[in-house]
Amino acid sequence: MSANQDGTNLLEVRSLTKIFGTLTACDHIDLDIARGEIHALLGENGAGKSTLVKMLFGSLEPNSGEIFWNGQAVRISNPGAAKKLGIGMVFQHFSLFEALTAAENIALSLDDGSPISSIAAKARALSFSYGLPLDPESLVGDLSVGERQRIEIIRCLLQTPQLIILDEPTSVLTPQEADKLFETLERLRSEGKSILYISHRLEEVKRICDRATVLRHGKVVGHCNPREETASSLARMMVGNEVQAVVRAPVEGIDKAPPLLEIRNLNRKPATPFSIPLKGINLNVRAGEVIGIAGVAGNGQGEFFESVSGEVLQQNAASVRIRGKDAGGLSITGRRLLGAAFVPEERLGHGAAPRMKLSENLLLSRHATDGKAFVGSGGMVKSGAIQAASQRIIEAMDVRKSAPDPEAAALSGGNLQKFIVGRELDRRPSVMVVNQPTWGVDAGAAAHIRQALIELSRSGSAVLVISQDLDELFEISDAIAVMHNGELSKPMPIAEATFEKVGLLMGGAEPGHAEHSLETA
Amino acid sequence: MMRLELVKRPQRSMLFSALSPFIAFALTIIAGAVMFALLGVNPLTAFNIYFIEPISQVWQLHELAIKATPLILIAVGLSVCYKANIWNIGAEGQFILGGIAGSMIPVLFPQFEGPLVLPLMLLLGMVGGAAYAAIPALLKTRFGTNEILTSLMLVYVAQLFLDWLVRGPWRDPQGHGFPQTIQFNDSAVLPELMPDAGRANWGFVFALIAAVLVWILMSRMLKGFEVRVLGSSPRAGRFAGFGLNRMVFFAFLLSGALAGLAGISEVSGAIGQLQPVISPGYGFTAIIVAFLGRLNPLGIVAAGLVLALTYLGGEAVQSALGISDKVARVFQGMLLFFVLGCDTLIHYRIRLVGLALTRPEGAAKREAAPKLKEAR
Repeated sequence: MSANQDGTNLLEVRSLTKIFGTLTACDHIDLDIARGEIHALLGENGAGKSTLVKMLFGSLEPNSGEIFWNGQAVRISNPGAAKKLGIGMVFQHFSLFEALTAAENIALSLDDGSPISSIAAKARALSFSYGLPLDPESLVGDLSVGERQRIEIIRCLLQTPQLIILDEPTSVLTPQEADKLFETLERLRSEGKSILYISHRLEEVKRICDRATVLRHGKVVGHCNPREETASSLARMMVGNEVQAVVRAPVEGIDKAPPLLEIRNLNRKPATPFSIPLKGINLNVRAGEVIGIAGVAGNGQGEFFESVSGEVLQQNAASVRIRGKDAGGLSITGRRLLGAAFVPEERLGHGAAPRMKLSENLLLSRHATDGKAFVGSGGMVKSGAIQAASQRIIEAMDVRKSAPDPEAAALSGGNLQKFIVGRELDRRPSVMVVNQPTWGVDAGAAAHIRQALIELSRSGSAVLVISQDLDELFEISDAIAVMHNGELSKPMPIAEATFEKVGLLMGGAEPGHAEHSLETA
Repeated sequence: MMRLELVKRPQRSMLFSALSPFIAFALTIIAGAVMFALLGVNPLTAFNIYFIEPISQVWQLHELAIKATPLILIAVGLSVCYKANIWNIGAEGQFILGGIAGSMIPVLFPQFEGPLVLPLMLLLGMVGGAAYAAIPALLKTRFGTNEILTSLMLVYVAQLFLDWLVRGPWRDPQGHGFPQTIQFNDSAVLPELMPDAGRANWGFVFALIAAVLVWILMSRMLKGFEVRVLGSSPRAGRFAGFGLNRMVFFAFLLSGALAGLAGISEVSGAIGQLQPVISPGYGFTAIIVAFLGRLNPLGIVAAGLVLALTYLGGEAVQSALGISDKVARVFQGMLLFFVLGCDTLIHYRIRLVGLALTRPEGAAKREAAPKLKEAR
């Protein structure tokens, strides 16, 4: 099966099992990674990918099974041991201090007392040789997400690993940045390093991976060569049946529909040294349409979301109008009462309180809009009603969980996202604003969420989706606008939009002048 | 060689959430035994005098209720603050101000008698405590000051203010120069529950009612939900539309009012006049009560009785064995120390690591790396 010279794989996993209570997260997993290959690990949320990777990186200990490294049985009891063997990992969510420089962040993780200057020099040399441009002296807070990821990758490469584990690396990158990353990965492969690549993006798996292992419900359901598969056959293996393609019928006469969400010359000064000012944003979202906002992370999307949702109020009440009423001075509760619903980017700690039950998290965003149904006289919470409503959402969105009413933090990211989106859809809001609807959500669940957003719009609501996933925006949007450095371009009707045009705007071509910048490019 | 290691639990353990106070209590007893032995007293004798004898007769149970009343009232209010992640450390000052405000009626209008006197005093006590608690709330919401420091420092202001009052303007002219106010008239004294059996007064009933009401507030009402959300994840609370500043005032005013009620109940019930010192540190001990009771008002009732016993026991060992009554403070301190320590077990489990499985050098140190703040 392996094609390397001495016949042993770099890493072999035999019958690895991890049990949490009644849930078998990993059930007798077998996995071989050869030297110099990019190996994809595919699976839905909750399929056991993270658990498997955590066992390989030593953050979790398996209940049974064996791991062979270079043919030797090893026990990886902590991340330090993994690093010693030569296993490095780049996490999906970065662990960097914004107020420190790139080099200082790297020094923190090396923990070997070498001076910052020598670390910076090594980092600079590595970044140069792998084509990952990075200034080690720059403050992390000033860097884009793509650059922050480079710090993580360089930090990992400095430990000279033989195996590099990448968890959803492209979910935060522009198409152009992703291409750069793929070049680096191919370069590492040509040097004989192995890469375990976790992704939901089947197209990129087909593009760069040599082999793939597919997990479903904690079991290996197959090994394959992704280049010989189609995206839909890979998805079928992951989900167990055909992923429903998202259907988006074009809508007629949308120009005549009334705008339900209007944003007029919205400005916002930066609240912290690390936040982006918003500059003169204008946008209409009409009944029946989905507008997508593309952009590289950290270009003001979070600030924009806070301003639209009412977590931050506006000076000028007319700068945000919901269903024809000035809402700029209204709190998030006031805006919800006008018929708007919001789904923030962060699930834990923003969209949901981690240590509270799902039913309580239902109350979180709906205590005012559904005041009569959920809160009785004298402010008593009707726990029966919120339980029933959360069960209704759990069924409608197919939320998978381990207990009848678990804490939000006990759900996998995708399942929690389904619940949070479902919580708002259940209200049939007339304006829905979603930031990163399917970040880190598996293909099946993502399709479900996207379809639900389209259906909401077709039933007469205005839907605004902020996303870094261009595939997603092209799948669901009727028009796409691009946010760059706190400014928003004019929405481009989907019929005219292409990846190239949008990608250029994301990279900073002047907003509102897509055609023009194409000519000069 | 064996080594202890803490492993994070995926969910908080309900079992240890309930057991932790009991383990802490057991550890306190063990440490206390060592302390008594070092003092040259047989620990069994000492424990008998400290924990058993003070509650072996009915009138002593009444004394226990008297000591527990302010602890429970204050701690119930503090539990709301702490659940909201707001750190009111100044309940002692709010207690004193409540006592002073409520005493205005019997001290300034000694001729005013009748059934209206007590309700007015209790109301004034609550208003006084709440108003005093509003100061750190205002400073926090307006200027972003740290409420731990401001509320704590205001305790000393309150203590000195009371001291000045009873030595100066409010001193009893017929009191032979003693620094105290006149004795309250009969209608200004909180009646005893069962005068034949012991001294316990209606304050204890107030404490129980407050505990039940706050329990309902926290576990059944939207306001309690708001407190818990803002305390555990402020950003999610803001997303829910709950205002943090409003919550700061709500928590401070509620806990201040309950501390004030405790203060006036103590002054009009147990003492009957104002003195330079009206509290042996109830406002601080109540912090221990709140945590020992798991910030749950019903648990606080039990914890309040336990801590009240440490006061009685301290007095008992002083008179019987000649040991300083500061031993009560030692017990209270140990109890808080062990309770906070044992709370680790709610989120972590202990694992014994044997020699065969020891890790490479410095492994534990490296494990800290993934705990870095997630900055994205």
